[in-house]
Amino acid sequence: MTSSENTGRGPLFTDPDPDVARAFFREKKGALTDKLMSVSDAVARFVHDGDYVASGGFGGNRIATALLHEVVRQERTNLGFAGHTTTHDFQILAAGTRTGKQIFSRLDAAYILGLEARGLSAQARRLMESGEVEVCEWTNYALACRFRAAATGVPFVPVRSMLGTDTFRESAAKEIECPFTGKSLMAVPALYPDVALIHVHESDLFGNCRIRGITVADWDLSRASKHVIVSAERIVSTDEIRSDPNATAIPAFCVDAVCHVPYGSYPGNMAGEYFSDEVHLKAWLDAERDVEAYRAFLDKYLYGVDCFESYLEICGGEERLAELRRLENN
Amino acid sequence: MYNAMELMICVASRLLEDGATVGVGTGAPCAAAMLAQKTHAPGLLVAFEAGGLAPMLPAMPISVGDSRTTYRALMATSMCDIMEACQRGMMDYAFLGGAQIDAYGNLNSTVIGDYKKPRVRFPGSGGANDFASFCWRTLIITQHDRRRFVEEVDFLTTPGFLTGPGAREAAGLPSGGGPYRVITDLAVMSFDEDTCRMQVESLHPGMTFEQVQENTGFELGQVADVKETVPPTEEELNILRDEVDPDGLIIGRS
Repeated sequence: MTSSENTGRGPLFTDPDPDVARAFFREKKGALTDKLMSVSDAVARFVHDGDYVASGGFGGNRIATALLHEVVRQERTNLGFAGHTTTHDFQILAAGTRTGKQIFSRLDAAYILGLEARGLSAQARRLMESGEVEVCEWTNYALACRFRAAATGVPFVPVRSMLGTDTFRESAAKEIECPFTGKSLMAVPALYPDVALIHVHESDLFGNCRIRGITVADWDLSRASKHVIVSAERIVSTDEIRSDPNATAIPAFCVDAVCHVPYGSYPGNMAGEYFSDEVHLKAWLDAERDVEAYRAFLDKYLYGVDCFESYLEICGGEERLAELRRLENN
Repeated sequence: MYNAMELMICVASRLLEDGATVGVGTGAPCAAAMLAQKTHAPGLLVAFEAGGLAPMLPAMPISVGDSRTTYRALMATSMCDIMEACQRGMMDYAFLGGAQIDAYGNLNSTVIGDYKKPRVRFPGSGGANDFASFCWRTLIITQHDRRRFVEEVDFLTTPGFLTGPGAREAAGLPSGGGPYRVITDLAVMSFDEDTCRMQVESLHPGMTFEQVQENTGFELGQVADVKETVPPTEEELNILRDEVDPDGLIIGRS
């Protein structure tokens, strides 16, 4: 085999060097300091133009909607983005800024632009078919393993998928020989995002977080990222956290900002709290089909909204949210 | 009476035996697994790539990561945990949905046209490439037409038998896996043991081999004794319509 056959030809957007990452993480302090701040302050401080951003949860489940909306409203551009089963989260960033600027220009894609059984996002398709986004192809497991490699502090993790496919050819993985068995393995490089946006059930002021339901890749993502912004349904005391250390999913020393955002995953699902708002998600998908209707939709629900609480209000407020709670818990 | 999607889901569900383990994708595969669980296979272990392990599905999940996938589940875990159960050989079936497919069961869910500036961009692999690489048998459920059943996929997202016998192993994929059945609105297909090419196993009521071939962009084989697909039973249809997909999310689309 030639070397090109052993190496995917996709771009590697981030540095997988664990010593570079170690030098950064050395400066992150362990002291318990109060990190509670507003969504707008957190995004202003920790998300910069050109950063590589990753979104936690699973597309339309336990996503940090409030933080994603704020990234759009603060008009961040030239971002890198990890499309690790990104569905509604992808759709939000694919909208672009109010002035028509594209938000991300580099994309690690595992699952993008679909909303699973709900259909494909017309806006996300327009963006991806424009050729204006540089793409590197992955699988869901491979991209999760890239976070895992970074969380582990090693430059790559070997996996046994992607082999023999165009998904490998358009990735930045490398085929290697196992030093023990001689078998072919796919080496997937560590991905250290500049910032991760993760929504959780509970956090204390310092960022010790609890997650109910599936953790997807967030255990690794929260450790792999240089900065972590957490939004939480509830703020709890550190005494409460210390009463059950097994329940902690993310420890405070990985976290940079904590935002208190009830219903922060809306219109996504939040395990044990509220179900997804399928009516609103469908309205979003439908609006995207017509460029003018879509612009009006974005003005109403995203660009023209001062904060996430206002968004919840125009989406039906307490009454609608109570309904989604009943749907989740019946 | 029943529609094509209902037929496909009922036929697919019968392939999942009680006590088996299956990783399912969004939509029809999920409906088939749920139907199997509510009929002949109450002990079917269903795994969702986002982390849901062995739920008692109360209603059709809309996402393979929504909270229905952990309703009365044995465990709410992570994507790596589920995929690694597959990678170490504990998952009998991968059950995947519609995409472009070739004679060797290779799937495209990434692009139509040129990769760099595609005519149509689709979601990509998601967990499909992982599932089809790791699980022992891949089941595929999809509509049958010449646009989908093609001589060569535009982009090989997810491995079937790649270029034929021995190709998966040569590429380094775990040995012994590969596509097992393709369930469409026209027929059920299997794969020839010697050539790894797709062949008709059973024809749905009213279908001829010629009709199926006409809707296929590559040369189809057929097994020695092609049977007629057993149509959905009253019981299967009732459970499918009343319990599995009462909102018609999947079966209403057909």
